[in-house]
Amino acid sequence: MENEIFQLQYALDTFYFLVCGALVMWMAAGFAMLEAGLVRSKNTVEILTKNVTLFAVACTMYMVCGYAIMYGGDYLLSSITGDGVAGAEEPATYAPSADFFFQVVFVATAKSIVSGAVAERMKLFAFLAFAVVMTGFIYPMEGSWTWGGNDVFGVYNLGDLGFLDFAGSGIVHMAGAAAALAGVIMVGSRKGKYGPNGEVHAFPGANLPLATLGTFILWLGWFGFNGGSVLATASVESANAVAVVFMNTNAAAAGGCLAALVTAKFLFGKADLTMALNGCLAGLVAITAGPDTPTALLATAFGAIGGVLVVFSIVTLDKLKIDDPVGAISVHGVVGLLGLLLVPVTNGDASFSGQIIGALTIFGWVFGVSLVVFGAIKAVMGLRVSEEEEYEGSDLSECGMEAYPEFTQ
Amino acid sequence: MKLITAVIKPFKLDDVREALSQIGVQGITVTEVKGFGRQKGHTELYRGAEYVVDFLPKIKLEVAVKADLVDQTIEAIAGAAQTGKIGDGKIFVTSLEQIIRIRTGETGESAI
Repeated sequence: MENEIFQLQYALDTFYFLVCGALVMWMAAGFAMLEAGLVRSKNTVEILTKNVTLFAVACTMYMVCGYAIMYGGDYLLSSITGDGVAGAEEPATYAPSADFFFQVVFVATAKSIVSGAVAERMKLFAFLAFAVVMTGFIYPMEGSWTWGGNDVFGVYNLGDLGFLDFAGSGIVHMAGAAAALAGVIMVGSRKGKYGPNGEVHAFPGANLPLATLGTFILWLGWFGFNGGSVLATASVESANAVAVVFMNTNAAAAGGCLAALVTAKFLFGKADLTMALNGCLAGLVAITAGPDTPTALLATAFGAIGGVLVVFSIVTLDKLKIDDPVGAISVHGVVGLLGLLLVPVTNGDASFSGQIIGALTIFGWVFGVSLVVFGAIKAVMGLRVSEEEEYEGSDLSECGMEAYPEFTQ
Repeated sequence: MKLITAVIKPFKLDDVREALSQIGVQGITVTEVKGFGRQKGHTELYRGAEYVVDFLPKIKLEVAVKADLVDQTIEAIAGAAQTGKIGDGKIFVTSLEQIIRIRTGETGESAI
């Protein structure tokens, strides 16, 4: 009887893990639609291609070596069999392949944060070359120091210092934004975006319905992102935790959306849909480091802080001439850091110093190595399309097709 | 034969089309265009960055008519398209040198 209950638990936990992983995979569609909606039509095919292929690169590289670097085990997942992990110390409570599946979709999420920030001017294959390194090495390394529990180059241990990041505000989102920032600095701003006297020129997105759809898809997928990070559901305790996480994740998104909308109305005089969309996501990122401990009201408030912060961050980055067409660095980086710092407010197991050291470690590593890798790619094959190609649109120069063709038969 | 080109407000297209078919005009070509006359644009903000909305959406319609139908056509278009507010548009009349119906090869007034 006990064995039967264990079997049921194992099956339910595995099932839950897999479904949550599938929901996080669905976030890739969210990113693709959001970014396609916020770039100009002449660059739409290219960003869609980037989104589809980076996901494939992430899944492959993480299988080849990323997972092994992050959690130990053999390369090419050769130690994971259908029955379990060879040589594992304790019997697992869910299928090991499910663990890989859940982890791999997180890698892809971190990577896709970069694609929006460097949109409209980075070469497709330069971006993919970076994706190979980021998903096979950069992310797994910082992942091994955090969720992997390893010492940082043998010097200190983040877990021991009180670093806690439930679903990855820092590990996934801020890391992605750090790489994005490195990319934006190395590739430069879009031609014509900034004027000589500090003017910022608007490049309105081509398809706001797609951007909105993308945001809602991300919101839905986030339930898997945070909910799955409970890592179990087959007990009263974990089921309760899952429910709290879902509730708080949702509350934070709502708080972020409203706060961003009100902030935009206050700053610009009218409602700015794109800011409201970024606000939803900012709320989600803000709660991701700690969705299990706050009350629903506090979760809403945390999301709202993220929503206000993201609007100011977007405007500030433009003033600093850091060109981010979709606000990725603001949503995932600035608010990712906020998310980390909010954890100790309701969770006694985390400390502010631990969060800060963790944030600095993740940011320092990812930003620094990304700068080097982007620099190397720049030297070898060039990062940016030519000025004429940028003017015509990367859809024609990089992909040879239009997203919204007219004059077809 | 004359070519009458009119730039009008987009929401007036149905009214103008109705008025034209009532005087016997059988074919028109319509394009979505942007433009401004003396009606000035305004500025908007996109994610905090200002941009000038100079060009306003309009509809351009072109209709070929016999010379003796010109005045009626102008009256029909102007009457249907007018709102009295700024931005109503303009009508241009130009001479048409030749018209050919592609299907049959007819030319001149019988091709209208």
